[in-house]
Amino acid sequence: MSKLVGSIKEAIKLAGLKDGMTISFHHHLRNGDMVAVMVLDVISELGIKDLNVNISSIFDTHEPFIEYIRDGVVTGIETDYMGGVVGRAVSEGIMNKPVIFRTHGGRPSDIINGVSPIDVAFIAAPTSDCMGNCTGKYGKSACGSLGYAFADAMYAKKSVVITDNLVDYPLVDYSIAENYIDYVVNVDKIGEPSGIVSGTTKITKDPVGLVIADYAARAIEASGLLKDGFSFQTGAGGASLAAAKYLKDIMLKKNIKGSYGLGGITSYMVDMLKEGCFKALYDVQCFDLGAVESIRTNPNHMEVTAAHYASPTAKSSAVDSLDVVILGATEIDTDFNVNVHTDSNGYIMGGSGGHSDTAAGAKMSMIVAPLSRARLPIVVDKVLCKSTPGNTVDVLVTQRGIAVNPLRQDLADAFRGAGLPVVDIFDLRDMAEKLNGKPNKPVLGDKEVAKVLYRDGQLLDTIYNVPVK
Amino acid sequence: MVIQKKACAGTLESSDIYVEVSPLPQGSGIKLDLNSVVYAQFGKEIEKVIMETLAELGVEDAEVVASDRGAVDCTIKARVETAVCRGRGEE
Repeated sequence: MSKLVGSIKEAIKLAGLKDGMTISFHHHLRNGDMVAVMVLDVISELGIKDLNVNISSIFDTHEPFIEYIRDGVVTGIETDYMGGVVGRAVSEGIMNKPVIFRTHGGRPSDIINGVSPIDVAFIAAPTSDCMGNCTGKYGKSACGSLGYAFADAMYAKKSVVITDNLVDYPLVDYSIAENYIDYVVNVDKIGEPSGIVSGTTKITKDPVGLVIADYAARAIEASGLLKDGFSFQTGAGGASLAAAKYLKDIMLKKNIKGSYGLGGITSYMVDMLKEGCFKALYDVQCFDLGAVESIRTNPNHMEVTAAHYASPTAKSSAVDSLDVVILGATEIDTDFNVNVHTDSNGYIMGGSGGHSDTAAGAKMSMIVAPLSRARLPIVVDKVLCKSTPGNTVDVLVTQRGIAVNPLRQDLADAFRGAGLPVVDIFDLRDMAEKLNGKPNKPVLGDKEVAKVLYRDGQLLDTIYNVPVK
Repeated sequence: MVIQKKACAGTLESSDIYVEVSPLPQGSGIKLDLNSVVYAQFGKEIEKVIMETLAELGVEDAEVVASDRGAVDCTIKARVETAVCRGRGEE
């Protein structure tokens, strides 16, 4: 038997793809991904239409989606994150059906439980053998972890691996196993390496960012959670990484041996692993070349599936054991609700990713952000879109002080005890307003362009269109 | 006071504003062309600060092009003042 087929077109025909079905993609090739558009090109050529696309994240490289939406090839989108280019078109109302936003944990949960079934999954695989044992760790398009692709491969009715590095059977160090794969296609190129992973993610040099990072690290130290067995996740934003660096310094100085680092993994987390700050890294996605190299060579740097990472219906997931997570925000309101979906004009430019999963799981969830960005205050009366509910957000760290959720008086006391500047979130709002003035609220339309589902599937918020002038 | 030559001040960095002033014949008034990343939130406010600053400086005829990256009022005022001074040859 051979699963190897000559072209994507042949695989699509063999998989029995028809109008109205659901196809899926993962986003480990990030802004270098060529596979999703490559597959849609063929689907369009075959005249198949009215497809629902379940893709773990949409980046700006997926701009041709806009044309396929206009043409009726794609009529539904389910995703965890949407970059600004496709986001703008969606916000302007090009789709008739609202986009469904999930979280990185909610997505595999709904796939596994049959809530969002997939007909045909297309797995971009940087290395595969002819039977579909595949991995992201090797090959010219190496991306490291394939964490988000597991649920797709395992639960789709048909799974197609698309690779640009076909190797002899058996691939020794595989991630996704052949027993889930129906067809394998070998193509010239699945991704643009410069867009897949960045060379190195850089720590901020901005003095405001460094003050925030310093407060964040000291707040973690003061929280009582920073002791042997400590577990941690941080984002790849400049201030988050700087906070991780300061945290590493504290851990090394105090000889604290943590348990695991989680999430999207950067070189900074790899350094912490190497220097003994953690026993292991659980990696659902690699952000840079250092992380890809580490997951390939260090047995303590482990690939985890999206369900293991964050599924709320798994018997347990890694976010459940998390001590501290550092997260970003485009807005946070005085009830601590966080928006990471829309910008100040109401345009979609992001999504939960693992934001609300980790906020719910971690013993302390910390938002780091400057008091204002380009005149726009971070603290608002009401967020334009509720991405993460305020009752799961514990702390907001700004350069003007740390606001603590009233539900977490224990943390406020601990921070004060350590001499950290604890401020009321309303005071942060007023400070920003005094500096910047009060911004006008954007005027939105009444067409629903996206629905934001919480990790348990409940509707958290609805995003409305931005009227085109 | 009259703007004698084309002059600019500021940068296109976030939280700054780039202001360019050019001479116009007497009686032309102020021709303001503003674009801003926060136009929807603060557009009118920014225009007001620019016009008031020009009035304070006694500028009656000028073409002003401003690209705002989210500058606060004091920054806008400072950049306009500097551009005008340079435009009058007061380096």
